[in-house]
Amino acid sequence: MTAKIVTFKLNSRLVDVVAKPLTTLQTVLREHLGYTATKAGCRQGGCGSCSVLVNGEPMLSCLLPVEDVEGMEVTTLEGLTLDGQLHPLQESFFEEFAIQCGYCTPGMIVVGKALLDRNPHPDRHEIVLALTGNYCRCTGYEPIIRAIQKASMRAINEPSSEKGS
Amino acid sequence: MLAEKLHVVGQSVARRDGLGHVTGKTVYVDDINFKDMLHLKMVRSPVPHAMVKGIDFTRAERVPGYVRAFTHKDVPKNIYTILCLIGVGPDEEPVLAVDRVLYQGEPIAAIVAETEEAAIEAVSKVNLELEELPAVFDVEEALQPGAPILKPWGANYFIYEGHHCRRVRFGDVEKAFQEADFIVEDKYQTTPIEHAPTETTGCVARPEPDGRITVYTNTQALFFTLDNTALILQIPFQKLHFVGGTVGGGFGGKVDVIVEPIATLAAMRTNRPVKYVFSRQEEMQCSSSRAAWRMYFKDGVMKDGRIIARQITSYSDSGAYNRHSPYAVTKHAANVAGPYRIPNVWIDAYCVYTNRQPASAMRGFGVTPASFAIEMQMDKIAQVVSLDPWAIRFINAYRNGDMKPHRKIVEDATLIEVMQAAAKMVGHELPEKFSRMSSWDGKEN
Repeated sequence: MTAKIVTFKLNSRLVDVVAKPLTTLQTVLREHLGYTATKAGCRQGGCGSCSVLVNGEPMLSCLLPVEDVEGMEVTTLEGLTLDGQLHPLQESFFEEFAIQCGYCTPGMIVVGKALLDRNPHPDRHEIVLALTGNYCRCTGYEPIIRAIQKASMRAINEPSSEKGS
Repeated sequence: MLAEKLHVVGQSVARRDGLGHVTGKTVYVDDINFKDMLHLKMVRSPVPHAMVKGIDFTRAERVPGYVRAFTHKDVPKNIYTILCLIGVGPDEEPVLAVDRVLYQGEPIAAIVAETEEAAIEAVSKVNLELEELPAVFDVEEALQPGAPILKPWGANYFIYEGHHCRRVRFGDVEKAFQEADFIVEDKYQTTPIEHAPTETTGCVARPEPDGRITVYTNTQALFFTLDNTALILQIPFQKLHFVGGTVGGGFGGKVDVIVEPIATLAAMRTNRPVKYVFSRQEEMQCSSSRAAWRMYFKDGVMKDGRIIARQITSYSDSGAYNRHSPYAVTKHAANVAGPYRIPNVWIDAYCVYTNRQPASAMRGFGVTPASFAIEMQMDKIAQVVSLDPWAIRFINAYRNGDMKPHRKIVEDATLIEVMQAAAKMVGHELPEKFSRMSSWDGKEN
């Protein structure tokens, strides 16, 4: 199979990658480009640890052939701290101890970001629905829900800190 | 005075690794790559019990990127048991199968290749010649005459100091059963549970220019694993440098020594870094699980709710190999009578081998299934003697200074105080005799 060049925006920077057909976005991010915040918990679409944003929508990068993101904007967890400042979600996950082993955290945060970008003040039910594809084996779901609630409150109280979108 | 010196107790302390986790900068094992790194994948048994008659690598060798294969002949001390470090023996688990496999998913040969895809493809092209044998999956069937015998010592149980099981003998249960007003019997069982960590088990072993091997691993037992790896490879401990501490979920599932010895061997033999990370399927189907347990209780109980005798026969389904199960069964035997003062106790706790994937450590292993059985049994006793489930536990609760069936004096009892606090939290009003009770009742000072 002939490799082809795929061009897309990764965390606001243009990248060109050479990949064989059906190479997943996960493999390109982790192995070709060294963006390892995106995890590989199952590589079969079951755990959500590989979630990234494609044009702002959460996607499972382990099931997504990289040629499908040609010309699109991909955001990984690394893209939330481009200016060195933590995103409100990163701050609230840290402060609320919404992290235990940390392996589901990248997926949780990017899915949380997609939710808040679309719906800045979600209720608890909306947060739970948004997280249904993301598995946390340390079973820390409650602190994760609290952290997303806190980040959404922070966005109300400190509109200037809303960034990274 | 003391409070002024405390900087952490009562304070919320930021996690050392927290910022790494929320920014994605924490480095987990599978995030580590070296430019000349090889990938290791395992040829596994497709059946639960078989003789290995032959392994043919011819087709695998033709896969572009194939580097080499390893079999049991390449492993210096192939047969091991993890707990040899605390004196448990004999060795009984092969790193790579010799001539027989005892569970589906058992490693038979390792293949290293230039890419992960090549390693997977080469594994799929290994031709195994297996002669399937009858398998046993039930602990009691495994102990019946005629069951396939899985261990070289001719039995399907671990031998505890010459005995067929871990035994506890305290008082005289038979005599007490004669005196009891009621006999309460039941059978309890639990299923195996997979730890299912989000990060699968894995390591990267890298030869250093000075001849040492650095092993990056997500083990939960860094030095335990280093020691076992050195023993299996028959190399001095100081040849190994283990780097760990970052674990994407463990729960006991990353305490076994599974990936490091073979990855380290492959790195030594190829003089290249080797990555060996479980797929999700391997993590779910081949890695060890919590053991399934079956427990039979027979209690002698008086009308006033006192338990005067408890007889237990329990079986741990330890799967095909020891791992941490012999220790789990000992812990089980020490705890399965419960936190109660029972003057006559008789326990036979078996560590049984079957053709299941090995069981091992998991969160209170050996004890949590016991707690389930004990408390189900306590509720049943409460029904039989028509007493409140709270009452049956206060009446029998052990106190500091009591002798436990395995001859340890109770020194840290808080059951009564915990139950009192729990009753308060759920708004259950306790009779005064229970709300005034103390774990220190009857103790001299």
